[in-house]
Amino acid sequence: MAEKAPRAAPRDKAARRRHETLGLTDADCVRLFELLVTTRAMDDAVASLYRRGELPGGAFSSRGQEATAVGSCFCLNKNDVIGPVIRNSGAILTQGLSPVAVLRNFLGRADSPTRGRDGNTHLGCMDLGIIAPTSHLGTLIPVCAGAALAFKSRGEARVALTWIGDGAASIGDFHEGLNIAAVWRLPFVLIIENNGWAYSTPTSHQTLLADLSRRAEGYGIPGASFDGNDILEVIAHTRPAVERARAGEGPTLLEARTFRMKGHAEHDDASYVPRELVEHWKARDPIDGFERYLHESGVLTPDETRALRARVAADMERMEREALASPFPDAGTVAAGVFAEGEA
Amino acid sequence: MPPTNYIEAITQAIDEEMARDDRVFCLGEDIGKFGGAFKATKGLFEKYGADRVRDTPLAESGIIGVAIGAALLGMRPIAEMQFIDFISCGFNQIVNQAAKIHYRWGARVPLVIRGPCGGMVRGGPFHSQSPEAWFTHTAGLKVVAPSTPADAKGLLKSAVRDDNPVIYLEHKWLYRRPSVRQELPPGADRLVPIGRAEVKRPGRDATVITYSAMVHLALEAAEVIQREDGAAVEVVDLRTLVPLDKPTLLDSVRRTSRVLVLHEAAKTGGFGGEVAAVIAEEAFEHLDAPVRRLAALDTPVPYAPTLEDAALPSVGKIVAALRELLAY
Ligand SMILES: Cc1ncc(C[n+]2csc(CCOP(=O)(O)OP(=O)(O)O)c2C)c(N)n1
Ligand SMILES: [Mg+2]
Repeated sequence: MAEKAPRAAPRDKAARRRHETLGLTDADCVRLFELLVTTRAMDDAVASLYRRGELPGGAFSSRGQEATAVGSCFCLNKNDVIGPVIRNSGAILTQGLSPVAVLRNFLGRADSPTRGRDGNTHLGCMDLGIIAPTSHLGTLIPVCAGAALAFKSRGEARVALTWIGDGAASIGDFHEGLNIAAVWRLPFVLIIENNGWAYSTPTSHQTLLADLSRRAEGYGIPGASFDGNDILEVIAHTRPAVERARAGEGPTLLEARTFRMKGHAEHDDASYVPRELVEHWKARDPIDGFERYLHESGVLTPDETRALRARVAADMERMEREALASPFPDAGTVAAGVFAEGEA
Repeated sequence: MPPTNYIEAITQAIDEEMARDDRVFCLGEDIGKFGGAFKATKGLFEKYGADRVRDTPLAESGIIGVAIGAALLGMRPIAEMQFIDFISCGFNQIVNQAAKIHYRWGARVPLVIRGPCGGMVRGGPFHSQSPEAWFTHTAGLKVVAPSTPADAKGLLKSAVRDDNPVIYLEHKWLYRRPSVRQELPPGADRLVPIGRAEVKRPGRDATVITYSAMVHLALEAAEVIQREDGAAVEVVDLRTLVPLDKPTLLDSVRRTSRVLVLHEAAKTGGFGGEVAAVIAEEAFEHLDAPVRRLAALDTPVPYAPTLEDAALPSVGKIVAALRELLAY
């Protein structure tokens, strides 16, 4: 860290109390900030690899939505399970997977979590409690409810959490999975990440509801909508949902309001998104906002956050080189692994 | 012990596996206290309780998705489709989620999806289908279709113990058919391995390669041919479609040199085409006649008895096909 600047006395006592009221320590806040910054650095590394022609396939970014993924996942215990989807790279990192593993997956390398069998963040790792998504959106809602069923059946105080976009929230599995979770009171949390768009389709073309969490009522479960760009808000709403699940009281439906700050994927310039809207949300960037909070509450000085950002950037450059040095899978292994064989 | 029905064999297999391994549980519509639409789980709710014989909402994608998630977390679910036709509602979870998990990221999905398939019961277009080819074409799924109580029991037990998703197709026409009842050998650990065909009737003049209910029609047709034509027809029951037991079927082809591939599913794109292709690729020089296929017409399964009989294979149609084959 940078030189010992005198730590600012919290300029705003109320602000300081915000993370403390949530039971978060200063160290927790530093960890959250580091995860946010790492997530963005990793997404940016992926975009850069894409532009340099290094990726066999496409590149997705969670820019603008990091707080939703990191904050919600941060509310979980080590042995809880997540089902990350398209904009949850931050959740994968929060759950403990190294960025270099994610980069290798984008690059299709032999030592990636999917050994070159799948790309981008379509990766899973049961040791870290990460269930891989499919491209087919919505499938993880019943699947994560099923993980929650396993926990409940065995009397384990564990929770399964997954996310869904505002667009994919229109698919049938949303209903089937959430309804089953509700009827069986499973330890399950579902967060709709409403980022305003599903590729080029605005949320108003998906639903007539202004608050997507109102759907909760239809399932007889609690719901809440909140600012997904404020990581403390994310935690303030996710934590009770997780606790409720862990206590055996059933699932909760949450809606995090956020914004997709890039195109659907790197190939998409998102020219269909009004400029003013982008500017509006740019001013509400989740990382800049939390950084300001850290300064105002005296958790970190500007020098300290600058130094942290620099360290993360340097680490990411190193991990990018490391990932690029990994070999592609040997073509002779293509047929391996279609079926599980032998003992687990 | 009295002879066992095909459906009783299925119940026994579930019961024994649930008793053996407390990770095994059943889920499906009306399977609990009610015992299932066909009573496959009869008595199990009383024995194992509502958590292990779990009634679900009416939601096949949800049922299968939940089963996949539970399997990933160490359970061994047996998901019932009330009729196998409704598996189409869960198709995405099967072909895009369950089938691809192990290949993509190495996690195991010990999952059985079972349900009544097939026609000849006047069930009409939505309660009579034979959907095996939807799944045999998807890498990562095992597909089994037993024809006898012993195979139904032994294969279901193997399916439950398998660490892969298994589509288990049970034929409702066989469920309570007195003629297929069998004395089952005692012993809870009598497994029928997945991936092993069985010669159900030996013969030297021609081979019928088939599976599921059609095995019984083929056996009857072989009897007719023996009696009326004096020819000995071998009947090979594939039992498992994926992985396919090529050695057993090719061995039969090499001995008889004449092959009829028979199934109840529609002909075009049916699994019989795959069997015929395997024979063409690997035993062409042993053939004395072109491989023949007999299957359902390329129509939905119709309701009216006259129409259903016209659409599906029958003993008479099998006999006629065999006669042509033997005369070639
Ligand atoms: C079932 C399904 N249909 C279509 C697609 C193609 N697709 C990928 S992402 C996407 C938009 C998703 O929007 P949303 O759910 O809001 O998530 P976001 O990209 O905004 O995070 C579409 C249409 C898909 N992946 N899955
Ligand atoms: Mg969206």
